Amino acid sequence: MTRDEVLDKIKVQFKDKILSFYEHSPKRVYITVAPEDAFDMCKYVFEECGGRLATASGVDTPDGIEILYHFGMDGQGMVLTVKTKIPTRENPKIKSIATFLPGAVWIEREIHEMLGVEFEGHPDMRRLLLPDDWPEGVYPLRRDFKGVEG
Amino acid sequence: MKRTLIPMGPYHPLLEEAEFFQLYVEGETVVDVDLRIGYMHRAIEKLSENLHFDQVTFLVERICGICSTSHPIAYVQAVEDIAGVEVPERAKYIRSIVGELERIHSHLLWFGLAGHFIGYNTVFMWAWKYREPVLDIFEKVTGNRNHYAMLKPGGVRRDIPPEDVPEVLKMLDELEPKMHMLVGAVMDDPVLHARLKGVGVLTKEDAIRYCAVGPTARPSGVAIDVRKDDPYAAYDKVDWNIVVMEDGDVFAKAAVRLLEILESIKIVRQCLENMPEGPIDAGIEEVPPGEGIGHHEAPRGEVFHYVRSDGGNSPIRHKVRAPSYVNIPTFKATCIGESVADVALITASVDPCYCCTERMVVVKDEKGRRLGWEDLVRLSRDKTERIKRELGIEEPKWDLPEVGGKR
Repeated sequence: MTRDEVLDKIKVQFKDKILSFYEHSPKRVYITVAPEDAFDMCKYVFEECGGRLATASGVDTPDGIEILYHFGMDGQGMVLTVKTKIPTRENPKIKSIATFLPGAVWIEREIHEMLGVEFEGHPDMRRLLLPDDWPEGVYPLRRDFKGVEG
Repeated sequence: MKRTLIPMGPYHPLLEEAEFFQLYVEGETVVDVDLRIGYMHRAIEKLSENLHFDQVTFLVERICGICSTSHPIAYVQAVEDIAGVEVPERAKYIRSIVGELERIHSHLLWFGLAGHFIGYNTVFMWAWKYREPVLDIFEKVTGNRNHYAMLKPGGVRRDIPPEDVPEVLKMLDELEPKMHMLVGAVMDDPVLHARLKGVGVLTKEDAIRYCAVGPTARPSGVAIDVRKDDPYAAYDKVDWNIVVMEDGDVFAKAAVRLLEILESIKIVRQCLENMPEGPIDAGIEEVPPGEGIGHHEAPRGEVFHYVRSDGGNSPIRHKVRAPSYVNIPTFKATCIGESVADVALITASVDPCYCCTERMVVVKDEKGRRLGWEDLVRLSRDKTERIKRELGIEEPKWDLPEVGGKR
């Protein structure tokens, strides 16, 4: 599949579920979807388009938590980022993609402890990097994080 | 059968970094493994938000002490992606030279350690001896044996002057025959075949499901390499090949790395010979608002950096993903069903880097004895000795020549 064929395939499959389609350069493409459609798109990109989940980034913004799933499209020489924003900072929730993709288990655990996002259906929601005595409900990558006592 | 838990780690003088693995074993067979990381977590992503874009280059260079230039290469590309800057040609060649010299020394370091784990201490010493001239060249060219500080957003910090080139070429000319000999010795050694083949197999399906990268994915038939797939620096301007194997076992992982050293020598040589004249820095004045992605094929696989800017002096978000972060979870696929004696080797075959990933597990045997990392290395060596006895070989007949003169 060429680069354009992959992108066309995704556009046909998801049609108006795509909220925005942005080509920063031929090698860097960002597709924004609603949080409820992110799972389906990630599954489609991995299973039907040969995408390899490079990683996911969680970003804290004033009106919600953004999750960016970065897929390396190695056959097309492109990084395709599926972007979504959970519109709340209070108990943000999104469907876990680790249910079909073991390569996403760690990064979802990391986003969970660093930004407080709940990944629904995740097989193992323990902490990954933070120490065991880290206080509950304190998320170090949130922009209003002020440090912890002791 | 009774299930016992063997903890490996987290702290031990033999381990270069803190890690904690919990092996669940039935008899000699590993039935499950739980990986715990976090002991080396240094909050690099958070620190990055408080530094200037230029300073972040030095910060990310300190994520890893072995592949220290890999993170800067990926990071500067992410910043250049935001700024939309084209890097001068000469700087691209210099980036490839530094990146490949680093791969040579990193793979040799790994190969020595792998020899150490299976009880081939001669291999350990020779591989590290061959590595020394590479570090000497780094000192000559960049001023440092490690942490070279060669990269900056927009280009490179230091030029490689023409008078340094003959010395680098001479080192490569001396190193190459030694590497051919090393490859030949590994491919022909009956003990290594018996010891490493079929051990810790990562299937192609599992490599894809776990999103493995680099010399963990390529020995399993997954032909991915950022240098070919999404060319950057000077990798599309020189002639070289991706090394891919099909078996996915520890032997294939060793072979892929050794053959990659030869490819890296080819790349460095061509870059030195074809390097154009010209500036080495595009001079980025300011970074506009936006987001950028940079990735680089580090010795252990793809390093991935995502940077977001709001137009200020620092990133407002900087995501770093080192290759071991996706390669270490493959232990779930490769260690289960294997014997405890092979665990040290299988985990080592990924060339894990915990500082990068950011912890590992300890185990008890049936009699409730606590097995540490030294016990696992001893079990691994005992197995090599057993194979040697079965094959009737006392010492491997390796004829290893000198390299780089006396030190």
